[in-house]
Amino acid sequence: MMIKVSHISKIYKTGEVEVKALDNVSFEVKKGEFLAIMGPSGSGKSTLMHLLGALDKPTKGNYFLDGENVGKLDDDELAEIRNKKIGFVFQAYNLLPRTTALKNVMVPMIYGDVSKEERTKKAKKYLQMVGLGDRLYHSSSQLSGGEQQRVAIARALAMNPSIILADEPTGNIDTKQAEEIMEIFQDLNKQGHTIVMITHEKEIAEYAKRTIHLRDGWIAEDNKNNKNQKQKTKS
Amino acid sequence: MDYQELAIESFSTLTLNKVRTGLAVLGVVIGIGSVIALVSLGQASQRSIEEQIKILGSNLLTVSPGAQRSGGVRGAAGGGQTLTYDDAKAIITSPQIITVKKVSPEYSGREQIVAGRNNTNTQVVGVTPEYTEVRNVGVSSGFFISQQNLDGMSKVAVLGPQTAADLFGEGVDPVGKDIRIKGLTFRVVGVTASKGGSGFMNLDDRVYVPLTTAQKQLFGVDYLSSISIEVVNQDVMVEAQNQVGYLLLDRHKLNDPAQADFSIMSQADIIGTATEVTGTFTTLLSGIAAISLIVGGIGIMNIMLVTVTERTREIGLRKALGAKKKIVNAQFLLEAVMVTFVGGLIGVVLGVAVAYVLSRSMGLPFALSLSSILLAFGVSAAIGVLFGWYPAQKAANLQPIEALRYE
Repeated sequence: MMIKVSHISKIYKTGEVEVKALDNVSFEVKKGEFLAIMGPSGSGKSTLMHLLGALDKPTKGNYFLDGENVGKLDDDELAEIRNKKIGFVFQAYNLLPRTTALKNVMVPMIYGDVSKEERTKKAKKYLQMVGLGDRLYHSSSQLSGGEQQRVAIARALAMNPSIILADEPTGNIDTKQAEEIMEIFQDLNKQGHTIVMITHEKEIAEYAKRTIHLRDGWIAEDNKNNKNQKQKTKS
Repeated sequence: MDYQELAIESFSTLTLNKVRTGLAVLGVVIGIGSVIALVSLGQASQRSIEEQIKILGSNLLTVSPGAQRSGGVRGAAGGGQTLTYDDAKAIITSPQIITVKKVSPEYSGREQIVAGRNNTNTQVVGVTPEYTEVRNVGVSSGFFISQQNLDGMSKVAVLGPQTAADLFGEGVDPVGKDIRIKGLTFRVVGVTASKGGSGFMNLDDRVYVPLTTAQKQLFGVDYLSSISIEVVNQDVMVEAQNQVGYLLLDRHKLNDPAQADFSIMSQADIIGTATEVTGTFTTLLSGIAAISLIVGGIGIMNIMLVTVTERTREIGLRKALGAKKKIVNAQFLLEAVMVTFVGGLIGVVLGVAVAYVLSRSMGLPFALSLSSILLAFGVSAAIGVLFGWYPAQKAANLQPIEALRYE
């Protein structure tokens, strides 16, 4: 089992008021799954994303990633988990400004102690994979939104992570480019990558095989076999 | 994590905002530069004073008469009439004193000197031929006072180059010409070589006459104003001081050294005092400069804090991508150290240049101590670490989620 979330709760305290962002949530994700987590704002999906991404620790419950109990790790061990096992794709791309696409993809590999030759080789490979082989030395300001998100996907692949975690990956991109991004995710999933994606858009969630609906911090629906899964428009 | 990569990363972020980095560097440049410039200026003036004192002769003892006592009233020190020419002769001839090489008895007083239509007011010094050796005075033209002049109580004079210029004009050789002191005519037989010095230590503004002539004919006294003693070498200064002291006590029929009617000073005493004074001066200057260095350091801290706030999202991203605390800390610390290092380097060069120009224009010897450069450099690196530490810690301790959400 790649991901095992058991009875997880996250409680935020703001002064006297306690807010239960997640309330006793349990689910599992197998290797090779493509999961979309859906829900309106305030449903706790961002909190869940932070926990799955080892950016935060649960108040209660356990989260196992590749058999490791993430909730028990210290800051530096979490950093290592994020580096080696998780590939992030953010809504706002979060590329380093004034830095080339190639250099951006190399950042996680620098932290992961990958040698310089290997870094360059892999970064070029992944950028070619997302269709940016001719844009290696463009800085982020010279790329369109869709292109920037593709750089971010290449960066997420850099350390060959266990899961790719995408937080509203198409939120800032126009529809046509969003389709292209989703097709990249589907291709990656076909190659065996495990993908967990958070979105509030139904059309985007339809690209996934499985959908979890969150409402007020608990799982309202877990659709394990999405019959309507969208297929590549052009193959 | 590859530290070379980290250094490249830090360097490239510094070059992104050139104006800001430049201003931070400037703060350090001014701090380090002023430390170097002021310390070396202080050392230069210290050396200059030491050199001026050495001109007077470093193995020199000066015996001055003590305060004149009449009844219970104590007069000014040096005003006594207790030292005589015979005391001076006794010092050199005494078989107990083996540490003394030459003795130069002197009597001096200020007089108006007239030559033709020019006149000047200067120190008239009655000397013996030993004066040239004891006081290290050379003659640039003519001769110094001779033993015959002394024995014959001749009315001859040797001028300091400054006095010669005042009386006869620049570049005129006054040898063979006449001057008048207190109504008496003296023939100029020589001019001493220039020794420099200024104020009351100016050895170039003097008129030398035979001691006998000065005592009997000019001033009508039978005592001395001082006895200069050249000691064999610097190592026996204290011994010589004691030997001369006991001889004089004996000659003046005094038993208790506390009652001595004379005092003996060595050049070492004078150098010691002067060095202490200039040392304090140097410390004061470097203290002021150190303050500007601290201000420079605070400037760096300020800029690093701004940078951390401005790059919050970037820090959050780096942490999300796997940067550990110490890596983030090292990156920001390295940036601060780079700024101070570059600033320190430029500051050292600038400080040395300023010190050189200033010491040239003030006529001081150019003194440059490696230790002050190393110190300033070390301090600048330390300031980078010290003032970079807090912002770097702040960056390292940012929570990735909050940092990523930061707008």
